Amino acid sequence: MTAHDTLERTWRDPGGFVGWFCAVNHKTIGLRFITTTFVFFAAAGALALVMRLQLARPDNHLIGPDLYNQLFTVHGTTMMFLFAVPVMQAMATYLLPLMLGSRSIAFPRLNAYAYWIYLFGCLMLFGALFANVGPDAGWFSYVPLAGPDYSPGKRSDFWAQLITFSEMSGLLGSIVIIATILKLRAPGMALHRMPLFAWAMLVTSFMVMFAMPSVMFASTALITDRLVGTHFFNPAEGGDALLWQHLFWFFGHPEVYFIFIPALGFMSQIIATFARRPVVGYAAMVLALIATAFMSFGLWVHHMFATNLPELGKAFFTAMSLMIALPTALQIFCWLATLATGRLVLKTPLLFVLAFFFILVLGGLSGVTLGMVPLDLQVHDTYFVVAHLHYVLIGGAVFPLIGAIYYWFPKFSGRLLNERMGQLQFWLFFIGFNLTFFPMHLLGLHGMPRRVYTYPAGMGWETMNLWSTAGAFVIALSVALFVVNVVRSVLRGAPAGNNPWQAGSLEWATASPPSAGNFLQPPVVHGREPLWEPAAQPAGVIGLANDQREVLITSAIEAQPDHRAIFPTPSPWPFVSAAATTLLFVTSIFTPWAVVWASIPVALALIAWFWPRVRETLAEKPLERAP
Amino acid sequence: MIGNTSGGWQDALLAHGPQAAQVLDLWRVTLAVCSVVFALVLLALLLALWRAPRGTHETAPLIAPDDRIPLRRVGGAIAASALLLLGLLGGSVATDRALAQLVLRDALHVELTGRQWWWSIHYDDPDPSRGFDTANELHLPLGRPVILTLRSGDVIHSVWIPSLAGKKDLIPGRTTTLTLRADRAGLYRGQCAEFCGAQHAWMGLPVSVDEPARFEAWADAQRAAAKPPADELARRGQRLMLNGACAMCHAIRGTDANARQGPDLTHLAARGTLAAGTLPNDAAHLAAWVSNPAAHKPGVNMPSATFSPDELQAVVAYLRGLQ
Repeated sequence: MTAHDTLERTWRDPGGFVGWFCAVNHKTIGLRFITTTFVFFAAAGALALVMRLQLARPDNHLIGPDLYNQLFTVHGTTMMFLFAVPVMQAMATYLLPLMLGSRSIAFPRLNAYAYWIYLFGCLMLFGALFANVGPDAGWFSYVPLAGPDYSPGKRSDFWAQLITFSEMSGLLGSIVIIATILKLRAPGMALHRMPLFAWAMLVTSFMVMFAMPSVMFASTALITDRLVGTHFFNPAEGGDALLWQHLFWFFGHPEVYFIFIPALGFMSQIIATFARRPVVGYAAMVLALIATAFMSFGLWVHHMFATNLPELGKAFFTAMSLMIALPTALQIFCWLATLATGRLVLKTPLLFVLAFFFILVLGGLSGVTLGMVPLDLQVHDTYFVVAHLHYVLIGGAVFPLIGAIYYWFPKFSGRLLNERMGQLQFWLFFIGFNLTFFPMHLLGLHGMPRRVYTYPAGMGWETMNLWSTAGAFVIALSVALFVVNVVRSVLRGAPAGNNPWQAGSLEWATASPPSAGNFLQPPVVHGREPLWEPAAQPAGVIGLANDQREVLITSAIEAQPDHRAIFPTPSPWPFVSAAATTLLFVTSIFTPWAVVWASIPVALALIAWFWPRVRETLAEKPLERAP
Repeated sequence: MIGNTSGGWQDALLAHGPQAAQVLDLWRVTLAVCSVVFALVLLALLLALWRAPRGTHETAPLIAPDDRIPLRRVGGAIAASALLLLGLLGGSVATDRALAQLVLRDALHVELTGRQWWWSIHYDDPDPSRGFDTANELHLPLGRPVILTLRSGDVIHSVWIPSLAGKKDLIPGRTTTLTLRADRAGLYRGQCAEFCGAQHAWMGLPVSVDEPARFEAWADAQRAAAKPPADELARRGQRLMLNGACAMCHAIRGTDANARQGPDLTHLAARGTLAAGTLPNDAAHLAAWVSNPAAHKPGVNMPSATFSPDELQAVVAYLRGLQ
């Protein structure tokens, strides 16, 4: 048996029906994760189409307020919590170990658990929607509207519990990503040689860890207000309605950057490859990411300018909201400089990236407008904001993301996506997007508030709403074309080879799709773009066992080899533990006692998961004595 | 009278008061600056795409390029961006100050309370006996500053009359204020801007700005108690309302009905619309509304009345007489 086969057998996920639930390989989990996020992207997009149909005409009676309010709540909640944030985590799960030259992701079972928790959260939310108990108080669930007095029934409980699911998955995911980036890099890949996408994910993951606890407290307080009669948000009993807004947006504004910063990482990887040169100003790019992360925690009050907070305080948040444009502008200028001094290969991934310069810049400028208190007081909570947020989130994250799928699809599948369909999809998406969302700027300025299920005739809003609805269907067509392209290319796309784009980062050094153990000989790194630089010695790591899951752990800053660790094998327990956790979360919507009795299966599953086994301990002992 | 539910200016780009006008000026400056920046970025992109040579994937990558000149240009662009942003920040702060400096001498005080999904309005007066309640239609004197004191009776709402001023939230447990002045007589339309539940979309606030004399005449009429019913039909309607469920929620000054759960009906017939700017105020719509409010505002808190057709006719006759 060759070394390659041995390695493949060691790292492969088990087959069969039961084996499917035991998978822990980061590529298996990553692909499932990416696929699931896109399924829910399409589902939430379909909800938006129904909303656009309802708004196509004034005084429309296609759907009533009860359903409309559920639709826009579930659309926003899904896009933010179940698509945009997790899809970045999912891409990182697949790509980071390859990009960093490691055989595995850190804590692979925990990573699998995070995926299952995410999946069960998705199923719960859409199950609730189909059972007509979909949340209907908005993705931001302001109290007291979402509190016990004004949202009786279980709708808001499903929302609050969904937040628990996504907090859990998001926090575990960021632990996995931080550990992977800091401890599993190829020897020689010191922090200053790390790919910019890895930097983006490192920064994002730290942000998740600091921002999530805020919404975690908020949603838990909402649940206890609703379930056991606490009064965190009840002004009549000494609680405070604005407390919710502070807690929610202290998380909510950084959340926008959880979505945006990884996309900046995609941009940097793609631009370097398609301009045939490293991105201008590596250090400036990294510092810009870190600056954005810090500043994003000082913006949350710009969602609350219409409340009675002190005016001087609001001015501070205006200043911060304007200044956060600078680090992003810095990156945009660096990319422009890269494009100007490179040799351009105008393929689909680059097209999606170029759209960023149009859409995100426009969205950023409307964001500057919204950051200014007086202007915000006019356009806050109007369609202007709907336009702005879609320009930044779709232009800033979804366009680069789809570019990234075109870019890395050959690595995922071994096949290229069809280039002509890609270009057609791009133009449909670009035109459809602007047709849908540009008129919304004007609608907002002309007085149309957001989150309305209908509007009176004669306000002058009819034509623009109709254009917007038409545009939404062009976007849907583009997404359908994307699905067709993916399915066709999986079946009979052109074979890609290891490195179809002749890119410089490590994920392209291995086969497409990579073997289960990623690298037969994990690489040693001597520069920022390892595959572009002249070969140097040593080229690879020797001495890692192929017949057990040995992974090289390196130091956090300089990536010096430190010790070998044996990584966990496939296991059904992450799945079972996630199912038990789900049981606890869902049943506790109905009775607080579920927290007590449903914790028993959770505890049992976790004990089984972590039960020490003699064989594993014996294998690990010698490595601990002589690393 | 405001007869059409969509009647009235509701447009941030159509400013008819100093507050909205200040913001509109800032908007014009911002739009100009942002347009120039947007054009420059696109120009830089097109220039880069036009000037950079084309390559293929086989093109040998530049490994250690000398980036001193591009980086210097990036630095220049960042410095220019920072200056522009500082300029906009200055404009924002200056506008904020101007908004805060609205002269409030001799201001009219109005208390506005948001409810799901209507507006309760109280006009204050230095002489408390001259204060009065109304609902769902704001009347303002031309050219006189107004201080709106904002409260909520249930969830968070936000009052927004875009042609007069920016919006302000109505928050349970807190009191907020909004100051404005209308410099042009006519009909305006405001609307709740913070999502407040099922009927957020139909929480309109018609606003009528009138010459001071006309405004005073309107206020005097509002201060008066409700007119007694004029004929037998209306008297029957009044009895039905006072003895039935209507009086549990509504107030009609001058009668025994003085509940505060629903809008004050003392001068209902003098208003242009019903149900917070949802329906025109005429006999047919009034009958339709009273007999089945949920058909027009699904989710509304007002229950359907259980009047027989001739009872309904009597109630409508009474309400139509509440001029």
